[in-house]
Amino acid sequence: MPRPAPDGTGSLAIPADTEGLPAIVVRGVSKTFRVPQERKHTLKERALHPRSRTRHQVFETLSDITFAVQEGEFFGVAGRNGSGKSTLLKCIAGIYGADGEIWRRGRVSTFIELGVGFNPDLAARDNVVLNGIMLGLSPREARKRYESVIEFAELKEFEELKLKNYSSGMYVRLAFSVAIQVDADILLIDEVLAVGDAAFQQKCFDVFRDLQDQGKTIVFVTHQMPELQRFCHRAMLLERGHMVHIGDPKEVADRYLELNFGRDPEALGADGARGGDGDARVLDVWVEDEKGERQVAIPQGQRIALRALVHFMVDVEDPQASVQVHNAEHKPVLVAASWRQHDHSGRFRAGEHAKFSFAFDNVLAPGRYSPVVDLAHRGAGLDVIDRYEHGFSFVVTATDAQGGLVDLPTEVTIERVDAGVAAEITA
Amino acid sequence: MSATTVETIPYEKLGRPIRGPEALTDDWRRFWHLTFNIARTEWKLKFYGSVLGYFWQLLRPLLMFTVLYVFFTKVGHFGTGAAAAVGGPEHFYPAMLLGSIVLFTFFAEATSGAVRSVIDNEALVRKIQFPRMVIPLSTVLLAMFNLALNLIVVFIFAFADGVRPMLSWLELPVLIGMLAVFATGLAMLLSALYVYFRDVSPIWEVITQILFYASPVIIPFDEVQQKLGPTLQHIYMVSPLATVFEQFRHAVIYHAAPRASAALGGNLGLLEPIAIVLVTFAVGFVVFNRTAPYVAENL
Repeated sequence: MPRPAPDGTGSLAIPADTEGLPAIVVRGVSKTFRVPQERKHTLKERALHPRSRTRHQVFETLSDITFAVQEGEFFGVAGRNGSGKSTLLKCIAGIYGADGEIWRRGRVSTFIELGVGFNPDLAARDNVVLNGIMLGLSPREARKRYESVIEFAELKEFEELKLKNYSSGMYVRLAFSVAIQVDADILLIDEVLAVGDAAFQQKCFDVFRDLQDQGKTIVFVTHQMPELQRFCHRAMLLERGHMVHIGDPKEVADRYLELNFGRDPEALGADGARGGDGDARVLDVWVEDEKGERQVAIPQGQRIALRALVHFMVDVEDPQASVQVHNAEHKPVLVAASWRQHDHSGRFRAGEHAKFSFAFDNVLAPGRYSPVVDLAHRGAGLDVIDRYEHGFSFVVTATDAQGGLVDLPTEVTIERVDAGVAAEITA
Repeated sequence: MSATTVETIPYEKLGRPIRGPEALTDDWRRFWHLTFNIARTEWKLKFYGSVLGYFWQLLRPLLMFTVLYVFFTKVGHFGTGAAAAVGGPEHFYPAMLLGSIVLFTFFAEATSGAVRSVIDNEALVRKIQFPRMVIPLSTVLLAMFNLALNLIVVFIFAFADGVRPMLSWLELPVLIGMLAVFATGLAMLLSALYVYFRDVSPIWEVITQILFYASPVIIPFDEVQQKLGPTLQHIYMVSPLATVFEQFRHAVIYHAAPRASAALGGNLGLLEPIAIVLVTFAVGFVVFNRTAPYVAENL
């Protein structure tokens, strides 16, 4: 895989039309925090020790970041916790001052956190209007949009309720609805999709698609790689304040996983941290919908396929794969193994690839699922070659949840019975 | 699609880079909307859900008034001298007392409310970009709302006491304006200092108490005058609070009460308290403006 030099100033192509200037330009931005080791919080302490200088610890959270985001671009920022991605967003938003220069063109709306400034003692209407004003609407605009906000949040029947009586899901829905009602040319979004149930997440995805279609410029901070790959035209990866990579989201996602799990897709054989003997590696696991398209959110009811791409390091005879699909409570809801149907899978040579597919009717209850794929030599199944976990998860969406672990197709009939028959049954 | 690189961006065409967080803004409409609506929300919350909310809010100045009135007229025998000196009726003292208490309550609410305001709105400061000055200003505005309500009661009370409308009532907005500018200056100063020094809050409580007794709230100035030497007298009257309260008595309640300027030795003397107000405002503004960009990081 080609890997551009990880320097922020390399000749990285940015898609642009020749006319328009970029929507956001960040040039040589650094941000350091000076954290006093011993903080003096009172005048008394100052007065008692007027001479003593507070020693400061200096943290460089961002270091010489340069990039540009074109108008209409969906730009992802990935990175581990503490890599500086939120700080970068706050600098672009103008919440933190930073060294270097930042230009923005157009009205900016920031959602660092949903529901900032919501007051628990007020009902939905007051909060929506106030929050709208905070995010930059005029009071009249904010009031005008109230109906569509409450409708989008699906909270019409709870509009009189004070916010403190809302469930956390309702709260977040309301907050998100307000945030997206604010007209802005540039949206700065910090990991807001990690909230809400699957159905609402799906709705958020749709909104993001719409925003994309409207040509809004979006900077999106996340550590969910599927989302990054699904939405972003381009992305950058931050690690300890440095820009490690900028470019194709897929490449960024790979680099991210590598940083996060110490997994290098190119040199998997050398990776000893993973279980198994390493004769082969599961490179990738994904889910396809009935049209054969890769998805991270799938509606219930389709026939879907879970696939795993395997790369053989040495010759392997009759390899077998099994999959366990865990739900959010880490309970396996689906277990399938290749040897049930293909006892002899054949011989694979070193360097060859194979794709294992598990197709099933998606009756899974709505929620998030993470598959674990085990690759093993033929036999007892203990002879593990490789195990793939934590790398990928997908969401099943449904219009309504029945409450079971799975929603098996169920036919319900009701018929009247005579007393005699009833007696027979109970007897 | 053509491609540009970071190097080929025509930086000179981009105009001015953004600046970090600031105290003020170019978008004054939003500034005002924010200030007004934050104050309005707080105000609503105070009265929300209780029909008696308004009366509860009145109760504090009224109770204070009752206690002070009973104590100082029945026990301390204040308030009689003023009337005696100019030969007017004694009964304007209650209206004067209530008026001064209400004005002082405004000052105390605005300033002590502002002390913690930036910290109390930490979530906003850290997560939303908006002109920081909105925060202390909205606390002053909130106190203004309360003042407006309380003044209604003062006027009813004064009317019942025999005070009749006079042309000098037109001075009232100017007096309130002066008090508000003074309070705003202190609000900016205190809220900025509190971010760095948490003992500003108890210190300011003490100072507020001192100011209460060091201003002609309970005791009209002409009675104090008899007991203080000229220097102390001057120090006493040079406080903007004293000037406002004294002029309030003269202009709104009882025309025979001395003007603030009389106590300061002529109209030119008024420049001193006015200068104090303006300097306080300027210092407060500069301090707040300086700290505003770093507030989000130093909370």
